[in-house]
Amino acid sequence: MRVYGTEIASRLLLGTAQYPSPAVLAEAVKSSGTEIITVSLRRETADGSGTAFWQELQKTGCRILPNTAGCHSVQEAVTTARMARELFGTPWIKLEVIGHSDTLQPDVFGLVEAARVLSGEGFQVFPYTTDDLVVGEKLLEAGCEVLMPWGAPIGSGQGLRNPDALRAMRAHFPGVPMIVDAGIGRPSDAAQAMELGMDAVLLNTAVAKAGDPAGMARAMALAVEAGRAGFAADPMERRDMAVPSTPVLGMAEFA
Amino acid sequence: MKIIVNAKPHEVSASDLQSALQELGFAGSAVATALNGTFVARSQRAEVQLAAGDCLEVLAPMQGG
Repeated sequence: MRVYGTEIASRLLLGTAQYPSPAVLAEAVKSSGTEIITVSLRRETADGSGTAFWQELQKTGCRILPNTAGCHSVQEAVTTARMARELFGTPWIKLEVIGHSDTLQPDVFGLVEAARVLSGEGFQVFPYTTDDLVVGEKLLEAGCEVLMPWGAPIGSGQGLRNPDALRAMRAHFPGVPMIVDAGIGRPSDAAQAMELGMDAVLLNTAVAKAGDPAGMARAMALAVEAGRAGFAADPMERRDMAVPSTPVLGMAEFA
Repeated sequence: MKIIVNAKPHEVSASDLQSALQELGFAGSAVATALNGTFVARSQRAEVQLAAGDCLEVLAPMQGG
């Protein structure tokens, strides 16, 4: 997968939140084989916990994709992105402009506006968006070179709520890297996204909140690989009725 | 003068942002700053003068999805 001119071998992107401990996070990152991890920015405390976390992140050797999680306005998201660029030393930004607190649904109008501002400033924007085709087009017009449609609401683990919409997006934007971001709960969800032709999946809670995060990280990596290989191998068409797989010709007659 | 740092009131004697960060104990920290809602780059901190009542955000890397 190539995003913004960077070749990425692993098609699994992993979030760093909600793990039971930093050690479990490090173990999960390792067993996932991911090359890209997402991080956030929050108010620094007197004990310098953010600085310590940053040192831990750098040990993973992964590329950092900072997010603008929790931002509800264009101004908040743009300011957060500018701060992230300086702090993490990367032009990459996972752009979130949240429109609704219950569903954490993107405010796609604010998203497109913020994407335009940030692209103009040289950012490489990874927009967390819905599965709406027209919004996808507007984001590309705004300068985005990758799209990150949701599978289901963030942290819900519901899997792909609207696979048909994702399939339509895939068909509509054949050359654009697409990453399903949010909603993946199980390895089968990740495999399904990849079978639809998505280029990658980004997940966090499904691994962090599993009983064995490192084990689930590995399961997700295998699912992503299997789903991708299945897509590449061009799956058969579904049929409404049974079709015998064993040849009918040459059947014996016993009656 | 009194300024608001990460939503809490603080008394600082420094007049510029760079010195204020040192005074507040952020000198050795990996932080990014915004003053009154506007990003202030590391290279600009020494030139930015503070006024009483200013709202300063000091952000650091944190776990995220």
